[in-house]
Amino acid sequence: MKTKNIMIVGVGGQGSLLASKLLGRLLLTRGYDVKVSEVHGMSQRGGSVVTYVRYGDRVCSPVIDTGEADFIVSFELLEAARWTQFLRPDGTIVTNTQQVNPMPVITGAAEYPAQLVEKMKAAGYHIDAFDALSLAEEAGSSKAVNLVLMGRLSKYFDFTPEEWQEAIAQSVPPKFLELNQKAFALGAKM
Amino acid sequence: MKQLMLGNEAVARGLYEAGCSFVSSYPGTPSTEITECAAKYQEIYAEWAPNEKVAVEAAFGASLAGKRSFCGMKHVGLNVAADPLFTISYTGVNAGMIIAVADDAGMHSSQNEQDSRNYAKAAKLPMLEPSDSAEGIAFAKLAYEISEQFDTPVLLKMCTRVAHSQSIVEPSERVEPAQKTYEKNPPKYIMMPGFAKKRHPVVEARLKALADFAETAPCNRWEKGTDRKLGIITSSTSYQYVREVCCEDVSVLKLGMIWPLPDKLLKSFAASVDRVVVVEELDGFVEDYCKTLGLTVEGKNLFSNIDELSQNKVAAGLGLSVPQGSALDEAIPPRPPVMCAGCPHRGMYYTLKKLKLNVIGDIGCYTLGAVAPLNAIDSVICMGASVSGIHGFNKANSGKTDGNTVAVIGDSTFMHSGMTGLVNIAYNDSNSTVIILDNSITGMTGHQQNPTTGFNLKGDPAAKVDLEALCHALGIHRVRVVDPYDLEQCESVIKEELAAPEASVIISRRPCALLKYVKHKAPLHVDTEKCKSCKACMKIGCPAISFVDGKAKVDTTLCTGCGVCRQLCKSDALQEG
Repeated sequence: MKTKNIMIVGVGGQGSLLASKLLGRLLLTRGYDVKVSEVHGMSQRGGSVVTYVRYGDRVCSPVIDTGEADFIVSFELLEAARWTQFLRPDGTIVTNTQQVNPMPVITGAAEYPAQLVEKMKAAGYHIDAFDALSLAEEAGSSKAVNLVLMGRLSKYFDFTPEEWQEAIAQSVPPKFLELNQKAFALGAKM
Repeated sequence: MKQLMLGNEAVARGLYEAGCSFVSSYPGTPSTEITECAAKYQEIYAEWAPNEKVAVEAAFGASLAGKRSFCGMKHVGLNVAADPLFTISYTGVNAGMIIAVADDAGMHSSQNEQDSRNYAKAAKLPMLEPSDSAEGIAFAKLAYEISEQFDTPVLLKMCTRVAHSQSIVEPSERVEPAQKTYEKNPPKYIMMPGFAKKRHPVVEARLKALADFAETAPCNRWEKGTDRKLGIITSSTSYQYVREVCCEDVSVLKLGMIWPLPDKLLKSFAASVDRVVVVEELDGFVEDYCKTLGLTVEGKNLFSNIDELSQNKVAAGLGLSVPQGSALDEAIPPRPPVMCAGCPHRGMYYTLKKLKLNVIGDIGCYTLGAVAPLNAIDSVICMGASVSGIHGFNKANSGKTDGNTVAVIGDSTFMHSGMTGLVNIAYNDSNSTVIILDNSITGMTGHQQNPTTGFNLKGDPAAKVDLEALCHALGIHRVRVVDPYDLEQCESVIKEELAAPEASVIISRRPCALLKYVKHKAPLHVDTEKCKSCKACMKIGCPAISFVDGKAKVDTTLCTGCGVCRQLCKSDALQEG
């Protein structure tokens, strides 16, 4: 099987590491070769962050390059737009529509582009955009956006609900399991 | 059982399996997790040393005592540890000793992009270079074998993409080696000229023996292909990029041991193909070596010595097709890292900027005071350089800058290498003002304890350096403590100390807002009736404050209620609760 590529992008501190950990565990149980590449250090301080998840028969490079991503899962709308060049022509963007202003926008040095979802659609990207933050809050915590996004992503894969549930149970602390399961279910139901 | 493991965690696993029992390191991205993971094994004593030089020396002491030891650091940390490095090459070891150094090609979290392979050559030490997590385990174990067989410390070179990528490993059990007996041996362990002169030939002979070992060592792997037109010599993460883009027909010489290099193997590989290309990140280290052997190879004519490589860059260099993505045609504002909401450094930087001071900076989260809108730092070089630098700056200006220049340095960085600079200020008498940004943790690398926090790496209570008493003891008479959330206090104390006729230290003390024990206040909210849209609150670059519909707005999910913005609002629009 040709290597498949999932990029998880967002703003440092939004919880993308948990999402990549969950996906890694899930893919490993299916017997794939898997590599997950993370960002640590300075970029985690509210900067633009990207995590790469790759799987297939034999995965060599730990990173995803331009034109390679089958999926871009984004925690934030501007970040989805930032990484579009990494998407394959037939790839899909799954994104939260939440907007987090970067510092140049906060200081007035730049503007947050308007109507990004519409612009991305018009440019021909296959984009699945929804308000994951509201669903996370409905599940009980704004921090559960990562599991809402994983729920949404699950619609594009043929893993069974049991396989997802097991990977979730392995990846989150027991006291937050119910909250995360609920967030996943809300994302998957959309 | 197969599992996914981070490269750094895999190195720690390899240390554990090989019976390592002593670890001393200083944190630095991308090396930190090796030591953090090693500390989780009960069989391993692990500690954060104040700096990399101390760490290497401590690990050497443990080796001398007969226990397998380890020391980990980032690339620039090896500069700090270079002094012991070059001489323990002469003494050799008793029990095995590994020094891991993690390079950061692409400078994801570093101040330069130096290539640590040059240290192996300069210090005449063997260096292994894993290309994934499985090799992280295997090479850590191999490094101990080489260390003891050849009586040498061994360098284990990581890079960001190997250190911070998870790949599949199969862990095995720990094998506990017997502690080696320590025997007094002055000619081997006392490096004064008479003895050291006799050790240098030993080092040269060892290097030859290691080169012979490298000729047949399984970690140097010739992956033979059927295509004789092209052969590639590579290592580390570059090997993974090569294998990503080249089919199995292409012959690859995958080097696991990057120093010393195997002359015969390189020559016979080169002779087996029409064209040889060396694919390596940063310097043309292997390429240049091949050329000294008289081999015709290509490398840096195809691949830049700047920035990290990737599969597309390797494909482009080799003239293969490169996937082209299409970027959205839209100006996407950059999203640089910022100081967190509630960061105690913010109030201090606001004050420094307001007073229009020269600020000699240092390495840590607080380097972010250099970016907009604070723009409050003039220079950043390396760990400790602020305290030493301000002294030279003020001396050279014959006192003219004493009243408008400060140095800023974090608590951990001050312990690392700021103290000696402060001694210089006191001893050589410059009227310099040093601000220690004491947030009670090593922040940027992800919250490591240090000698000022009162806890050790394992989380147990530990001796706590009293910064005020230390500064007094080093010869500084004026030591003040301020709360960086209190802007008025910060400003008045800085003015007083800049005006004072002698050197001062101002300790800006408040724990990092991300520490779990730090209790946040309720987020502030904006009374839009009162907000006069003056944007005074925007001057501090807090990610929790933005302007929506012409009025300030506080993101209540981010705001920690620190109240710094409130002190800037003249119309009392920012309110508690």
